[in-house]
Amino acid sequence: MLSKNILLAIALAPLVGAAIAGLFGRQVGRAGAHWATILGVAVSCVLSVYVLKQLAFDGVPAFNQNIYTFFEIGGYSAHVGFLVDRLTATMMVVVTFVSLLVHIYTIGYMADDPGYQRFFSYISLFTFSMLMLVMSNNFLQLFFGWEAVGLVSYLLIGFWYKRPTAIFANLKAFLVNRVGDFGFLLGIAGVLYWLGTLDYATAFANADQLQGKTIELFPGVPWDAATFVCICLFIGAMGKSAQVPLHVWLPDSMEGPTPISALIHAATMVTAGIFMVSRMSPLFELSATALAFVLFIGATTALFMGFLGIIQNDIKRVVAYSTLSQLGYMTVALGVSAYSVAVFHLMTHAFFKALLFLGAGSVIIAMHHEQDMRRMGGLRKYMPITFATAWIGTLALVGTPFFSGFYSKDAIIEAVKEAAHHGGWVQQYAMWAVLLGVFVTAFYSFRLLYLAFHGKERFVVESHHDGDHHGDAHDDHDDAHGHHEPGHLAHPPHETPWVVTLPLVLLAIPSVVLGWFAIQPMLFGDWFAGAIVVDPARDVIARLGAEFHGPTAFALHGFQTPAFWLAFAGFAAATVLYLLRPDLPSRFAAALRPLVTMLEKKYWFDEAYQAVFARGSLLLGRGLWKGGDVAVIDDGLVNGSAAVVARLAGVLRWLQSGYLYHYAFAMILGLIALLGAFLWSR
Amino acid sequence: MITLAHFLGLGAVLFCISVAGIFINRKNVIVLLMAIELMLLAVNMNFVAFSHFLGDVHGQVFVFFILTVAAAESAIGLAILVVLFRNRSTINVAELDSLKG
Repeated sequence: MLSKNILLAIALAPLVGAAIAGLFGRQVGRAGAHWATILGVAVSCVLSVYVLKQLAFDGVPAFNQNIYTFFEIGGYSAHVGFLVDRLTATMMVVVTFVSLLVHIYTIGYMADDPGYQRFFSYISLFTFSMLMLVMSNNFLQLFFGWEAVGLVSYLLIGFWYKRPTAIFANLKAFLVNRVGDFGFLLGIAGVLYWLGTLDYATAFANADQLQGKTIELFPGVPWDAATFVCICLFIGAMGKSAQVPLHVWLPDSMEGPTPISALIHAATMVTAGIFMVSRMSPLFELSATALAFVLFIGATTALFMGFLGIIQNDIKRVVAYSTLSQLGYMTVALGVSAYSVAVFHLMTHAFFKALLFLGAGSVIIAMHHEQDMRRMGGLRKYMPITFATAWIGTLALVGTPFFSGFYSKDAIIEAVKEAAHHGGWVQQYAMWAVLLGVFVTAFYSFRLLYLAFHGKERFVVESHHDGDHHGDAHDDHDDAHGHHEPGHLAHPPHETPWVVTLPLVLLAIPSVVLGWFAIQPMLFGDWFAGAIVVDPARDVIARLGAEFHGPTAFALHGFQTPAFWLAFAGFAAATVLYLLRPDLPSRFAAALRPLVTMLEKKYWFDEAYQAVFARGSLLLGRGLWKGGDVAVIDDGLVNGSAAVVARLAGVLRWLQSGYLYHYAFAMILGLIALLGAFLWSR
Repeated sequence: MITLAHFLGLGAVLFCISVAGIFINRKNVIVLLMAIELMLLAVNMNFVAFSHFLGDVHGQVFVFFILTVAAAESAIGLAILVVLFRNRSTINVAELDSLKG
């Protein structure tokens, strides 16, 4: 039996840290803030590992209990409760571990930032929110965590609130997520309406009740209830996990400091949608239509967002599009009912993507907050640790056999292939998308490596500057270094301090080895037994399991798959274009001008949204303002009634002549009238 | 034979003259005061007439009271008039329109 107190401590320790750093930041100072939050997250991390050990190795049963009753209305009561099985525990360890490393990394990255305590408070609050999300045992608490991570994401994207671009980006993220959350809330409402409960265990046990029920969104067009609920829930996941067409906020979220790009916008928060769908597998298994929808969206995201990574020049944006593409892969896995593979890829991706982001951050520190890869190059001799770990992360990302990313990504591709055997056009499309995506992933990943670390140096070091600026590690350097030409550095790039490189090394280890250890139990063992439910007719993983002969054999077989050769082709192409013949890319770009324009414009999603939704809501708002507020309320009701009173008073004031005899005359007239009436009535 | 109706008629004529004096006069506040006095006299006339013809002396007692009060009132009225003239340098009724809305 898992201890309730331990679970409470896991969730609340980061909250306490966040409160100390946030509310008493001035009293505890910078060191106090980072010690308090790191201690809180470290406690969480250690206890999470302990819980995972108990669940995985000691045979302890899953924990499902309500801790606290939030409110009761009629027959419905809302609880705060924990459902901790191996799925949850896996997520908890990933979240707290990456979070802990990002906390440590932040000491180096934000060293000179005036918002140091605020930043630590936010990321600790994020850890708490994310833990509440994954540990929840009901939809309501899930929604709480869902919104809380969204809020913290909003706060952190706009962390440098004096930058207009950051404010624009966080507003955009918030609004796009609202769209997703609207669908999510509808899905939750559907669960409550048809199943009568928001408790996971009860809802999943009664999931069959959804079958046969229909809803008419438009008169005469009945929808299957399960399809409706699942698509609504998935729309929530599309918002949070940045799937096409709700992906537009994620690249812009790179306006935030790099540590949160790694933690929130790559490793943990954006995978909340993947986790949620995996958790809801008993519901999603009821609707083949919803799964096909998931698969289509995921495949589109995986391929087409990968293309965008190719033409980006901002080092963080390349990694951001890579994240989008990888989230697409996870969604594809969900779409073919391979939930365990999706969570597996989520886990390995969390490590190597956090590694890549933190590596990019390390480069940014070294380059004095230059993010444009066209002004980097040849950094490998200046920063060997970052260089080595970035290579490891890239090899894991592109799916080099024996690296962790290989196991998860190859399992996804195999699962889709298996599904495409028996599936329709959506499954076929997904298979081609993920295969082509491998080539694209390898191409942009190695392009990043070559542009940043190899080749000749494309920056100029101005050696005549004096003063020690080492350890300058905040992004808003524009005022301090504003007099520099772009691409001119005051000092040569240097390896970053140990608080930055230590997390890189610690993340590189699981990026290499985790897949080898985890694939057997997670995919083909009973790791997710009880947490993930798959219809046997659709269980592609079980079919793969029949051909699985251990992780080493899987990796050796990987050399013979098209995926490996596509990745190799991507590597070769990037090597030729960006290492051996750096003059070629611009010629290609000139030859393929329309295509490059399309990619540079990101398929015109932003423009379309700006033109339709932003302009449309502005027009609507202006219409309501001019028509509703100004015309009806201001001019009609408020000023109108005042004008009527004034007009009436203007007439009446003619009676007030001010002459005594007029008043006396009126008195006499009144007297006569009264007397007349008196006599008349007798 | 002079009947009660004659006296009442006289009172009514006096009253109408005084009312007309108030309304038609646009020039002088003193005339206003005089018209008010005349109005009171019209009332007194009615009192005395009724007192005589009904054989009740109370009416004549009332007339004394009214005369006294009227004297006091005209004294106050004239005092106000003096102050008014001092402040506005005029007693022209047409110019005294401070109450105008």
